[in-house]
Amino acid sequence: MGSVALQSLAEARRAVVDPDRVFAMIDHIVDTTPGRTGTLVPGGEAFLTATREACAAAGIRVFDIGDGEQGIVHVAGPELGLALPGATIVCPDSHTCTQGALGALAWGIGASEAEHALATGTLRMTRAGTMRITIDGRLGHGVTAKDLALALLARFGADGGQGMAVEYAGEAVRAMEVEARLTLCNMATEFGAMTGLIAPDAVLFAWLRGRPHAPAGAAWEAALATWRELATDDGATFDIEHCFDARDVAPMIGWGTSPAQSVAVGDRAPADNAYMAVEGGAPLLGLPIDAAFIGSCTNGRLSDLRAAADVLRGRQVAPGVRAWVVPGSTSVRAAAEAEGLDRVFTDAGFEWRESGCSMCFHAGGPGLPPGSRVVSSTNRNFEGRQGVGVRTHIASPATVAASAVAGVLADPR
Amino acid sequence: MTAFPPVTIVSGVPAPLLRDDVDTDAIIPSREINRVSKAGLGQALFAGWRYRVGTRDAVPDFVLNRPEYAQAAILLGGANFGCGSSREHAVWALHDWGIRVVIAPGFAPIFRGNCVRNGVLPAVLDDVASLADGAPVTVDLAAQRVRHGGRTHGFDIAAPDKAMLLGGLDAIDLTRQLGPEIAAFHARDRAARPWIYA
Ligand code: SF4
Repeated sequence: MGSVALQSLAEARRAVVDPDRVFAMIDHIVDTTPGRTGTLVPGGEAFLTATREACAAAGIRVFDIGDGEQGIVHVAGPELGLALPGATIVCPDSHTCTQGALGALAWGIGASEAEHALATGTLRMTRAGTMRITIDGRLGHGVTAKDLALALLARFGADGGQGMAVEYAGEAVRAMEVEARLTLCNMATEFGAMTGLIAPDAVLFAWLRGRPHAPAGAAWEAALATWRELATDDGATFDIEHCFDARDVAPMIGWGTSPAQSVAVGDRAPADNAYMAVEGGAPLLGLPIDAAFIGSCTNGRLSDLRAAADVLRGRQVAPGVRAWVVPGSTSVRAAAEAEGLDRVFTDAGFEWRESGCSMCFHAGGPGLPPGSRVVSSTNRNFEGRQGVGVRTHIASPATVAASAVAGVLADPR
Repeated sequence: MTAFPPVTIVSGVPAPLLRDDVDTDAIIPSREINRVSKAGLGQALFAGWRYRVGTRDAVPDFVLNRPEYAQAAILLGGANFGCGSSREHAVWALHDWGIRVVIAPGFAPIFRGNCVRNGVLPAVLDDVASLADGAPVTVDLAAQRVRHGGRTHGFDIAAPDKAMLLGGLDAIDLTRQLGPEIAAFHARDRAARPWIYA
């Protein structure tokens, strides 16, 4: 969507104030079939051309097809060290809140606000409310940050954090690896929040060190000194405080058309949903599926692919189920191949794709027929999100993999 | 330069779409966003609900297809209106169709921001359902009041958003007046945190 802002800016004869602080990622409509050259979305080539031309004219670095650093912006940005603690990051995409997991203030904006940010290096904002969700205990075996995010949505609702900057804190969060934290913050926007944040700590610093765009040498030491000051002070107060117990979370599954319409995978659907062809009171386990998708800015990282591969090793996708896996970035893809994960997926019957948003959303072009039931590691189950009439059950990568093997919605444990 | 015509007083029979969590994929599906320009998106507004699957045949029951709402400039929504994707096309489509005011108990923050930059008033009001009795309403932004029948209701909007809409102001022009202060801030910040600018 950045190209809309850049074009509009050019038409108004306004310059990008500091192109060195602007990056463009080719992710949403890029083709993800191996050997790709462009996009399969109708009209998409014009978008790609417009983006490349506008970026070239403005002097903006583009991470494009064939670039080893290309990926979904919310996956590649953190892993490249473009997102850093204390940074202010905006992007015309609602899942920018993902990058709050690094202790950045990162939020999604529209095209007009992007234009404002490009032209002035600032945004006009109303201060967000503050919310802290403290998550005590540890997640159980086979329960992931995705399940936690869905459980929080089910508890507090799709507008439970409306307009808030939400800090995720507590034992469960401190125990999470950085990739899991990114998954948790990714779904803050599903909560109506302006952003999600996690306090930077030693786990994060170790993860960031040596990343391509992270500071190095003396600059690293200087940065570290400021980053250590960023965590919330003891005794700080929030507009709203919630507590949640990680031990209560089970693998979750979406049953409706809002991400908050999620339950433990072993539970029954609490109400009818005509679009989903789900009946209230009916079990979700055992519902036959047509397709399985692993990828997206929620669950397209190396740890996600490992979790799915652990379920799939030595097993086969059920007959009649189309399954594909789309790494969240080109470097995730390379790292997975170095571990042989690609073979685990292809041996099981999954398609192994190039990096991009892929079937997380459907903008036209090849897709699934209406009425298809998909289990998907993505973040949104809105009507039509993955295609006209397509029914999306959101879940963790392990649940997607287990369901792909079973041919029905299944518990990964 | 003004960005769009100011929003001051808007009257008419509001179109009720009183479901919660209306997302921007529903307001305009991705497959309808195949153009770079903002104009003409009104025909794609609510495409998934307004037309039969795979066609442009109207679904007669859908609120915007009903003759009494064909001219509606005010839309009544449920909680968490405009959640989901940040696509500004959702607001462009509403505006192009003719909507100038959305009244709902709450808005997703990105959608709300997109509204005020495009001449659509997002008015926050708890009891939206009471406005859906088919009688005309008048929305007065300066007074922050909705008049309906013999009654008036106050609605909420942040002061800067109100000023933008009333003045039809261009945010970039406003901010540019602060150019020297912004440059001074960036210079100080660059010295303190050079890694952000590297
Ligand atoms: S992966 Fe999906 S949710 Fe994430 S940025 Fe891409 S389209 Fe949006």
